[in-house]
Amino acid sequence: MSEKLNAKIPEGPLMEKWTRHKAAIRVVNPANKLKLDIIVVGTGLGGASAAASLGELGYNVKVFCISDSPRRAHSVAAQGGINAVKNYPNDNDSIYRLFHDTIKGGDYRSREANVYRLAEVSNLIIDQCVAQGVPFARDYGGLLDNRSFGGAQVSRTFYARGQTGQQLLLGAYASLNRAISKGQVKSYPRHEMLDLILIDGHANGIITRNLVTGEIERHSAHAVVIATGGYGNVFFLSTNAMNSNGSAVWQCYKKGAFFGNPGFEQIHPSCIPISGDQQSKLTLMSESLRNDGRVWVPKKKEDIEKLRNKQIKASQIPEEGRDYYLERRYPAFGNLVPRDVASRAAKERCDAGYGVNETGLAVFLDFSTAIQHLGKHVIEERYGNLFQMYEKIVDVNPYNEPMMIYPAIHYTMGGLWVDYNLQTTIPGLYAIGEANFSDHGGNRLGASALMQGLADGYFILPYTIGDYLAGKIQEKKTDTNHPAFEKAEKKINEKIAKLFAIKGIEPADYYHRLLGKIMWNYVGMSRNEAGLKKAIEDIRVLRDEFWKNVCVPGENNEFNQELEKALRVADFLEISELMAMDALNRKESCGGHFREEMQTEDGETKRDDQNFSYVSCWEHKDNDTHEMHKEPLNYEFVKLATRNYKD
Amino acid sequence: MVNRGAFDKILQAGGFVSVNTGGVPDGNAIPVAKEKADESMDAASCIGCGACVATCKNSSAMLFVASRVSSLALLPQGKVEAARRAKAMVAKMDELGFGSCTNTQACEAECPKGISITHIARLNREYLCAKLKD
Repeated sequence: MSEKLNAKIPEGPLMEKWTRHKAAIRVVNPANKLKLDIIVVGTGLGGASAAASLGELGYNVKVFCISDSPRRAHSVAAQGGINAVKNYPNDNDSIYRLFHDTIKGGDYRSREANVYRLAEVSNLIIDQCVAQGVPFARDYGGLLDNRSFGGAQVSRTFYARGQTGQQLLLGAYASLNRAISKGQVKSYPRHEMLDLILIDGHANGIITRNLVTGEIERHSAHAVVIATGGYGNVFFLSTNAMNSNGSAVWQCYKKGAFFGNPGFEQIHPSCIPISGDQQSKLTLMSESLRNDGRVWVPKKKEDIEKLRNKQIKASQIPEEGRDYYLERRYPAFGNLVPRDVASRAAKERCDAGYGVNETGLAVFLDFSTAIQHLGKHVIEERYGNLFQMYEKIVDVNPYNEPMMIYPAIHYTMGGLWVDYNLQTTIPGLYAIGEANFSDHGGNRLGASALMQGLADGYFILPYTIGDYLAGKIQEKKTDTNHPAFEKAEKKINEKIAKLFAIKGIEPADYYHRLLGKIMWNYVGMSRNEAGLKKAIEDIRVLRDEFWKNVCVPGENNEFNQELEKALRVADFLEISELMAMDALNRKESCGGHFREEMQTEDGETKRDDQNFSYVSCWEHKDNDTHEMHKEPLNYEFVKLATRNYKD
Repeated sequence: MVNRGAFDKILQAGGFVSVNTGGVPDGNAIPVAKEKADESMDAASCIGCGACVATCKNSSAMLFVASRVSSLALLPQGKVEAARRAKAMVAKMDELGFGSCTNTQACEAECPKGISITHIARLNREYLCAKLKD
């Protein structure tokens, strides 16, 4: 194990670790906070909440985002909800239960102490958001309402219609706005981080490109927080926003931060199916729909034929002709199995020839039973905006006919390796939210991403970063004329010049689309050794091709989206290789990582705890090679078991 | 390229509840009538696209400002500083050069999220009450 891999997990019983740790770490007094600068990159739930909270504490915060306003960060798209263990429904929920569900949902590949802390602070998030004026759903008595999500048998998900991410982000953004108005935070919209600056091995600043003017800018600070989300867009077609990218994380990796579990991706079972080759964006249908929606395909092949030929409608297939395969295979959890399980089950049915649309890659999500039981108005109240969105895109009214859905890339559990303090292997560099790896193991449960982003930003990072900064109060601000800045800026200018100089034929999107196909076919829902090796070869060939033949029109010193894309695709072409390498190394199936060689007789994942109960931590080496280290996962409090959602 | 930076500035003037992170009461400590929470959510669904301003013959940002003022004024958490918020946000909107509202309802017709001009009425009431107290 690399000596840098010290997870710094506090001693003591699980339930006391965070309390003890908070008591043990240092704090910075108010006067000294004024002397300390922090850079936060990204303004999603993690970044906005962290920047606002750190600003309120008195630090000088600079916050950067690639969009025109912090409110456009992709957290805004999250639909269904946010978990917390309030136990308001009196269904015997508790911190331990959420902790256990999360560990189990992640197929026993996440870190116990971090996950317990996440469950512990979850309640504070709901209180905070209510105080900010987030209009959560309520019952007639005026109290907060809950619904269920996958992988849980209790109702612990708080929601604001189907726009929970938007409302939570508006809450964090409002706090950020307040901090900006007070001068505690300075906001830099339309700025993209292109490099991390290290001085004596410590994170001391970043280089950004102003996306409007093309100007390369230098920013120094005493610490840098990465909150730029995941790298799911490596698949080209995903539920991520088109501009979401992995470049900031990748630059940190190349500067020495370790990358944890790069091969763990989440495939969400309910997305609107792909319609054609020209498509560049997929739309998610919230997991919350599986509260009331039932997933099925026809039992008979002749019904499939008729459906594909549009001779019949789904609603005409009688009850006995339907295979509710999730309810059949997983009686205990039914339609609310975790995402990886639901996705694989859909793939299994479609591979067997039961896909219900022309491409054979779709299953039904049906609300007729719920509409019968509860009435249309209840369903409309719960999911109105999602139904409207579906109808706008597909031109089918889901109140009358079932939705068609198919799995798609949605989230990356992997990310920058962080210790218990959310610090990467580079001192002074922190990673929060989806950008880090720590809490979700091999599969994230629904409504837990919002929880993690806000837990990190509001309640964990503001404490732990103080411990590091307490040692920096004597340190002067770094001069941006320091040679480290000079060198990094020069390198970026060279890279940009090189891209322009290629003057090839194909746009960056062309390579991105091809990369996505390689990734989906070989590093997607189902993986095997031969496929992963082929993927690595193919990615290398494609990368060479990109650097020989990409066409980047325009100039650097202007608004140039083609250049933005080319820079991001160049990084995706490198991240993808590491993802495939990690997936190849992990010869077991766990969570969303399904190795065909390792499955049970009924097609479920088969873990190998003996050999793979570790976090794979990749280190960037010279000549763009990668070395893997292991952080062993020692389960002190949870007994490792086979995930069972059947009974 | 549309620059919506003015919207950020209006919200920075007061489109928030003045609470720091931490030290807040339990989420269920203050009940909120479902009707109020729902109406607050209707207003909060504004995506800040600016279609209301673009379609308005006066280039008024009233629907945008109203959606935030109204959403927060409907909740007990936001009510505490509702008067201050209404004044500050309207003043900023005027300062930035947006036009006045003449009730043409074009904004409501154009709004992709179906936000009602009832919220403008609420903003006007909030603003008037706040000014009367001055």
